[in-house]
Amino acid sequence: MWEQIQANRRRSAVLISMMAVILVLLGYVAGEALAPGGGGVLGLGVALIVFLVRLAIYFGAAESVLLNGAHAREIQRDDSPQLFNVVEEMKIAAGLPFMPRIYLIDDPAPNAFAIGNKPEKSVVAVTTGLLHRLNRDELQGVIAHEIGHVRNRDVQFMTLAAIMLGSIVLLAEIALRTMRFGGRSRTRSDSRGSGQAQLILLVVALLFAILGPIMAQLLYFACSRKREFLADASGAQFTRYPEGLASALEKISAAHEPLSFASKATAGMFIVNPLACAAGTDDSSSIFSTHPSTTERVRILRSMTGASLADYDAAYRRAKGAGVIGSTSLRDTSSQTIRAASAAGPIESRADAQSAARRAFGYLTVHCNCGLDISVPEGYEQDTIRCIRCGSTLPIPTASDAGPKDVPLTYRRTSEGWESLRCACGRTIQISPAFAAPFIRCNSCGRQITVEA
Amino acid sequence: MSIVLIVIAAAVVLVLLWVAGAYNGLVRLRNQLENAWAQIDVQLKRRHDLIPNLVETVKGYAKHESGTLEKVIQARNMAIAAKTVGERAEAENVLSGTLKSLFALAESYPNLKADQNFLRLQEELTSTENKVSFSRQFCNDSVLGYNTGIEVFPKNIIASMFNFGRRDFFEVKAETEREAPKVSF
Repeated sequence: MWEQIQANRRRSAVLISMMAVILVLLGYVAGEALAPGGGGVLGLGVALIVFLVRLAIYFGAAESVLLNGAHAREIQRDDSPQLFNVVEEMKIAAGLPFMPRIYLIDDPAPNAFAIGNKPEKSVVAVTTGLLHRLNRDELQGVIAHEIGHVRNRDVQFMTLAAIMLGSIVLLAEIALRTMRFGGRSRTRSDSRGSGQAQLILLVVALLFAILGPIMAQLLYFACSRKREFLADASGAQFTRYPEGLASALEKISAAHEPLSFASKATAGMFIVNPLACAAGTDDSSSIFSTHPSTTERVRILRSMTGASLADYDAAYRRAKGAGVIGSTSLRDTSSQTIRAASAAGPIESRADAQSAARRAFGYLTVHCNCGLDISVPEGYEQDTIRCIRCGSTLPIPTASDAGPKDVPLTYRRTSEGWESLRCACGRTIQISPAFAAPFIRCNSCGRQITVEA
Repeated sequence: MSIVLIVIAAAVVLVLLWVAGAYNGLVRLRNQLENAWAQIDVQLKRRHDLIPNLVETVKGYAKHESGTLEKVIQARNMAIAAKTVGERAEAENVLSGTLKSLFALAESYPNLKADQNFLRLQEELTSTENKVSFSRQFCNDSVLGYNTGIEVFPKNIIASMFNFGRRDFFEVKAETEREAPKVSF
């Protein structure tokens, strides 16, 4: 276990220092080319400042930017006991000393990611679409993959690498622009003797400014793909059931709904690249991909003969010709037998997901006669809403507020399934299909609402 | 002369540093191992706590199955009373078996299967069972790492110096646990 983390740390250190070398060289050479004798040091200073500023801005913010952008809500055990249990199981299997926080994202596209600027404050986020589609074994596989990222310290490391990459791109941009303007002004004042050396340096700097970002990107993407394989390996090791993750990956990549909040900058964080998923190009993988092709990941997982890291390494070796997990991590692992599939089916999971989403997001659902269910967000104040499909005006279900405050409100149920209504105080109240009591109490104003069947 | 002294001193310091590092590494492995053992206890305790609730819920729907319910309660009490590790593993295995037959029995009571409370308890118990086996799994992975750690060449000297002994694997009778539940009506 510790071997794996240490091997990862060593590899991360190598990658980060290679990127640092690119950053430093770029800064120095560009500076020296623009202002010979002393400019190099200035360039170094600029490179350092660019990096530190970006580090200060992004390292702490990456988490909140992604979670806020996705409208993710933290959920507790009571909101989705099954999801909570699965995360807890994988936390135990990975031997993590802390429990990650769990966030739910209301999005029909199935996907998941792990984030957090400290391992102890890690967050595992899943979409409601994922919970709808997967059964317990598959969900366990996905969570194990994410916990694998947390355990292998991938989250912090990939954030750092992304910041480094951004700094290199920005610095190259600055260098290229200054060279255009600076170069022009110097041709007037330069003497011919030093011009020769100056020109060579300028060409070298130009090459660095153009090739540096590309090399840094290649390094970054190669590393990102490798980390996905390693997280898959950890996923198989924790669950002892590679098929769960394999079948989940298939289901996720088969879904073509676009994930509304995914962008190029965040695509690398997810279990399957959401942009490639939506575009249907998920089967191909190039040197500029953040993720390996899903077909290949599934094939490797399915060809595993056991469930340990060594088994994954052997399967990877059969598919690609070389191993993926360092020999130090494999030293004390032997083959492990794959467990049997569990009996828990998807039905529980679906009801669970629905109730979790309803509780977490507080949507009020209005059913239109044209067949559309309209989700009214919390805080919507008008009494009616227009159906976006057929245009008819629909009343928002509200507990009638005829009398003074101490007179109980009433609400008449219209169906057997989930229903939502608005209390007179504006709070959305959800009534589950299992609700059988004669009245319900509003959580915010405390009024009692009589529910008539 | 002084160079030789410096070299010797440097070598001694390096060896001491290595010893400290190796010792800390072994202590960390041992703590991880003990923590994994403690986790199993936590989960088994939780299972014992959940069972009375489950039995009460099932009673409401399946009054005629008092025999099976009685067996579950008996197995639970046996598991709580067990003293030695061997006895305990045995009793917990029996308990797992009786729980399985209880859930199999629920299949023939549609009303029970629709009960929210029952579904909740079933999920909790399934998950607790999973957690026990994942704790065991992590425990055995840790034992493997620890035993290799104290046996490979330079570290075994440290291990014998500070009395790091071999640990046993948490043995389970996988066959009995995986066996399909025997349901008798």
